[in-house]
Amino acid sequence: MPKAPTLHRVAIFGANSDIAFAVARRLAETGAELVLIGRDLDALQTAAGDLKIRGAQATQIIQANFTETGDLAAIAAGAWGALGSLDVALVSFGTMPRQIAAEADNRVAEQALIVNFVSPVLLCNALAQKFEAQGYGTIAVITSVAGDRGRKSNFIYGAAKGGLQRYLEGLRHRLFAMNIRVLDIRPGFVATKLTAEMQQGGLLWASPDRVAKDIVAALKAGRPILYTPWFWRFVMMGVRNMPAPLFNRTKL
Amino acid sequence: MPSRPEQVVRLLQNRAAPALAYGCGRSYGDVALNPNGLLVDCRNLDRFIAFDPATGVLRCEAGVQLADILAFLCRPEADGDGWFLPVTPGTRFVTIGGAIANDVHGKNHHCSGTFGRHVLSLELARSDGSVSTCSLHENASLFAATIGGLGLTGVILSASIQLRRVEGLAVEAENIRFGSLDEFWDLSSSSDSSWEYTAAWVDCVAAGKDLGRGIFSRARHVSGVGVDPPRRKPRLRWPVTPPLSLVTRHSVRGFNALYWHRAGSNDRIRRICSYEPILYPLDSVDLWNRLYGPRGFFQFQCVVPRAVAREVVAALLRIVVASGEGSMLAVLKMFGAIPSPGLLSFPMEGLTLSLDFPNRGALTQRLFNQLEQIVAEASGRLYPAKDCLMARASFVRGYSRLNEFIPLIDPGFSSAFARRVGIAQPHGA
Repeated sequence: MPKAPTLHRVAIFGANSDIAFAVARRLAETGAELVLIGRDLDALQTAAGDLKIRGAQATQIIQANFTETGDLAAIAAGAWGALGSLDVALVSFGTMPRQIAAEADNRVAEQALIVNFVSPVLLCNALAQKFEAQGYGTIAVITSVAGDRGRKSNFIYGAAKGGLQRYLEGLRHRLFAMNIRVLDIRPGFVATKLTAEMQQGGLLWASPDRVAKDIVAALKAGRPILYTPWFWRFVMMGVRNMPAPLFNRTKL
Repeated sequence: MPSRPEQVVRLLQNRAAPALAYGCGRSYGDVALNPNGLLVDCRNLDRFIAFDPATGVLRCEAGVQLADILAFLCRPEADGDGWFLPVTPGTRFVTIGGAIANDVHGKNHHCSGTFGRHVLSLELARSDGSVSTCSLHENASLFAATIGGLGLTGVILSASIQLRRVEGLAVEAENIRFGSLDEFWDLSSSSDSSWEYTAAWVDCVAAGKDLGRGIFSRARHVSGVGVDPPRRKPRLRWPVTPPLSLVTRHSVRGFNALYWHRAGSNDRIRRICSYEPILYPLDSVDLWNRLYGPRGFFQFQCVVPRAVAREVVAALLRIVVASGEGSMLAVLKMFGAIPSPGLLSFPMEGLTLSLDFPNRGALTQRLFNQLEQIVAEASGRLYPAKDCLMARASFVRGYSRLNEFIPLIDPGFSSAFARRVGIAQPHGA
C-alpha cells in the first residue's frame, strides 16, 4: 500500500460546483481518471469534454440528484463501479440558503439541512464501506468555515456544515487504523456560483482555482483538516475562542 | 462575470449601458475599457469544447487563454512533432477572444500572418440577443469585422482555431548583434525565409553612427528535444509600484549599453531551448509595467510600408534619440505580405517599430504627435491595442477599410477607444 495517497481515480460528487470543477481540472492535467456526478447533465458533458482535452485519461458521467436520500447508496455504488475502484471521493455539493428565509420557513431550512448535512453524511456512509473493503483511499468533503461556530448571519448553513464536520471527525477516527484518510475541507469566502449574491471582492475572497490548488496539495499530503486559504485557520481560531458575551454583541 | 454563454446573452439583453467584452486586459491602451458602460469579463468562459488531434482543429470558449492551450499541447515528453499555436503575441496570458479582437501578430508574421488568419469560425453574441456563427462562408462580413474589430461587433463566445503542425516544441535560437539599421535590414531579409520567429531589439538611445544598432533574434522549431510546459502564472511578480519611474534617461542608457555588450564579442550565439524565453520574454515577471512608477508608460507601435520603411524608421529613431525619452523596450520587425481577413487588421507589409516611453505628460504627448505625423505621412498606421494617444485623423487615415467596418459595429457596444477616435456614440449623451 503506497504511503502517500495516489490521486489517479477520483469521483467528484457535485462536479458542477466551481471549486469541484477547478479541482477536476488540476487532476485532469495529471492524467487522472474522473467520474463526475451531478444534476445538470449538459453541464457535466461540457465539463467532461473540457477535462478530456486538458488531459484526463478517462471521464465518466453520472446524473444524480443528491436530495433523494434514498438513492445515495446506489449513487455511491455507481460511482465506484464506473472506474472499477476509487482512490479519492470528493463530496462537493451544497446550497447556501438565505438565512432569513430559512428562519422564517421550515421547508427552506429543511432543504438546506438535507442537502448540506443529511445527504453528504449518508453518501459518506456508503462510500466508507467501499473504502474499508478496499483498504486504502481518501474521502474528502467540502464543509466550510461557517461550520466552526454558529453565527447569527448564517447559522442554518453553518449548523449543517458543523454537523458534517463532526461526522467527518468520527469517520476519521473509525478509519484511522486502516490508512484511509478523511479530509475536511473548510473554505472561507470563495467567489463561486454559491456565493454569487454576496459582495465578492476584497482581500478575504479567494478564487476557486486557488482553493483547488490547496485541496490537491492537502489530498497529496494526507491532511485531516484544510483551511483554505491558509489564513482562515487563524481567523476561525479567533472566532471560535471569542467569549460568548463578547461574541453575542457582534454582527458576525 | 458570466461562466456560461447563455449568461452572456442574457447580460447583453438586460444591459443598461453599452457593453464591451473584457479578457485579460493586456492591451496597453483603452481598447478594452468601457467607463460608465457594461464590461463583460469573459475569463470564466474558459472551457475547451473539442480538439481533433488528427487535424489540429481546436474549438474552445473565448475566455480560454493561450497559456491554457500551450499547457495541454506541450507535454514534457513530446520531443517529436506536434501541434502548436499558429500565431502568438508577446504574452501568453491573453484570451482567444482578445487575440481575435486585436487580430494579434507575433514574431512569425512573415510566415504565418496574423491570428485571425487561423480562425476557422467564431460564435458572436450581439446586443439584439442573437448568436451568429461567423466564418469566411457564413456571415462573412461580420467575420471580417470581428477579426481585429476590438470587441465592437459583439461578444465572441467561442471559436474554432486551426493549430499548426511543428517538427518539435523546442526551438533553436540565435542572437546576432548588428550595428546599424542597414545591417538589420540585410539580416532580416536573409533570415525570414528560413527562420520562423524573427525580431530585433533596438537601442533607442544610441546616436549617430550607432543609430539603430541592436540585437537580432531568430528562432525555429527543432525536433528531438523535449520541452517543459510553460508555467500557468509568471514565477515572479514586481511586488510594488515604486514612487518614481525606474526608467530614466540614465537607467536606459546604462541598461542598453549592458544589453548590447552582453551579446558578446562573438556576433552570433546559438542555442537550443524551450520556446518560452523566445516567444514570451516579458511573461517571466508579472506586473513588469510597475517599473515605470505610478505614471506608467505609453507604447508607440507603428507599421510603415516596405517601400519607405528604411528611411521612415531611421527618421523615427532619430527623433526618439534626440528626445532622450526612450526606454529599454524597442522592437523592430519586418512584417510579411500575408493578408488578414480582418477589416481593421494592423499589420501590413513593411516594418513595425514598437517603443515604450515613460509617461512624462505633455512632453510624451508632443513626442507622440511628432512620431504619429511621420507615420501618417508615410501611409503607415498605429496599433490600437497599444494605443492611448492616437488622434482620430490618424486612425481614419491609417485604416482604409474603416468605412466598411463602421456599419457593422453593434450599436449596443462601445469602448473608451471607440469613443476617443470617434467611431462610436458617446453614451450618456
